[in-house]
Amino acid sequence: MVSLVSPRVSAPEAPAPAPRRRGSIARGRRRLGIAYAAPMAVLVAVFFVIPLGLMLWMSVSHWPLVGASYPNGVKNYDALSDPLFLRAVWFTLKYTLVTTVVLSLVAFGLALLVQHDRRGTGFARTVFFLPSAVGLASTSLLFYGLFNTDSSALNHLVDFLGFGRADWLGSGGSALGSTVGMITWRFAGFSMLILMTGLQGIDPALYEAARIDGANRWQILWRVTLPQLRPTLALAMVLSLTGSLLAFDQFFILTGGRHDTATVVIDIYREAFLSQDLGRAAAVSVATLAVLIVLNVAQLRLIRREGK
Amino acid sequence: MNRLRAAGLHVTSAALAVLFLLPLLWTLYSSLSGREAGGSGTDNYRRLADYGSGLGTYLVNTTVVALVAVTVTVLATTLGGYAMARLAFPGRTLLFLVTLAILMVPYTTILVPLYILLGWLGLQNSLLGLGLVMAVLQLPFGLFMMRNSFEALPVELEEAALIDGCSIGGALRRVLLRGVLPGVVTVALFSFLAAWNEFVAPLIFLTDGEKFTLPVALFNLQSGSLGSVDFGALQAGVVVSALPCVAVFLVLQRYYVRGFTSGALKG
Repeated sequence: MVSLVSPRVSAPEAPAPAPRRRGSIARGRRRLGIAYAAPMAVLVAVFFVIPLGLMLWMSVSHWPLVGASYPNGVKNYDALSDPLFLRAVWFTLKYTLVTTVVLSLVAFGLALLVQHDRRGTGFARTVFFLPSAVGLASTSLLFYGLFNTDSSALNHLVDFLGFGRADWLGSGGSALGSTVGMITWRFAGFSMLILMTGLQGIDPALYEAARIDGANRWQILWRVTLPQLRPTLALAMVLSLTGSLLAFDQFFILTGGRHDTATVVIDIYREAFLSQDLGRAAAVSVATLAVLIVLNVAQLRLIRREGK
Repeated sequence: MNRLRAAGLHVTSAALAVLFLLPLLWTLYSSLSGREAGGSGTDNYRRLADYGSGLGTYLVNTTVVALVAVTVTVLATTLGGYAMARLAFPGRTLLFLVTLAILMVPYTTILVPLYILLGWLGLQNSLLGLGLVMAVLQLPFGLFMMRNSFEALPVELEEAALIDGCSIGGALRRVLLRGVLPGVVTVALFSFLAAWNEFVAPLIFLTDGEKFTLPVALFNLQSGSLGSVDFGALQAGVVVSALPCVAVFLVLQRYYVRGFTSGALKG
């Protein structure tokens, strides 16, 4: 193995030492590269590439949870015109839109509030960020208690303010609002952090120039900060968008995934494990994946262009 | 004027901080208050401990899954990241792109085929199988982190070790690992939190109540009980499952921030 070093030591200036020797070194490093990358390659192949192919195959097969499977063409894709599925799509889109808008606004406000190092901002940042460490399922169970127990702090507060006891999860609409509030609590610190790094990347000379030109705070926010922050803001929104489109834990736990709050992923779960029709579930998965990939590519392009 | 503004910002930050802490503090408080008058502060935790197969079993299960995930993620991405950064091998770009594609394909969409596949491998209803799946989900982030960490180390460090007679493996183990340790900690931290908190995958893959992880057991406590929900035990459960994450987060905060900023902004 010592021979590996010799070309660099003996002839650092000469890029082409004896060809045979160099070849064997490169071969050694190549073999080592393959060996080191092998565990990852095997994991990726077995637990990602094969399932991906299997999903395509399952989507065109009759595939019950128990029993034999056989190919059945595109019949599973009927699931895409199922009224319950369409309802889930509509609910997911509504939820995604509301969450992304609310979350981005709150996170932007927090980022502006704590972007500069002053006394106490370090503490505030940590506190805003703390919920990001709590798992989404735990968060949902926590808020299930807040929304449902008469003695919860939230219900005491609402009662104190004179509204009586609210039905936080009773209808599709109220469940959506309550969940958006919960998700904002859980993810605002995360988005805030991303936006803060964007804010810190803005050239101070731009603010200086704006101030010299006599701009007030409001004008600086609109004319300097927001345009400069656009790529970062877009990134934060993309993350919120993709996360919300795949929502599962929050609605499954808060409302049991009942029909007026079922999301697309809940629909996939229902097709697969309640209706026990894995083929239909795979078909819905394939369609969802196709939409997400198109969306991802479009968003990446958008961010790239705005980043320039 | 400026002082007034600063004071205003302080008050706003403080008020918002209280608002963010409130849900956590409320859960902690109500988990410690007895359900009936005269109940002691640990009643909820006692009922939680006796629930189902026992809290201990669920804690052990969750820990096993998290340990498998962390170990596999760290080993695979440290070796893989080094290979990506420093060793040329055929298929390197392909492997990198396919691994990153895991980010593009949300795993919830491949859960159904994974369920079948785990059955074929004899890993259905197994903590090991679940741990492996959780590890794979962390590979894109881990690989990205470790490749960048190795690239950030000066090549001279490695060359010096090789001149001193180390093999590449020896140099990696004895010299380079110290340099990429922050990256390793970051990857381990993210892998741990993701595996510890995962809900959908164990819900689908684990069928035997004895094997449930904490989030699934708590979900059953919430939804499975006949009659009224035992909110006291549930809140105690939330505390037990959130506490390790909050503790780990507070201790390793800067690694957490490092992961978000380095991972997120390269997009």
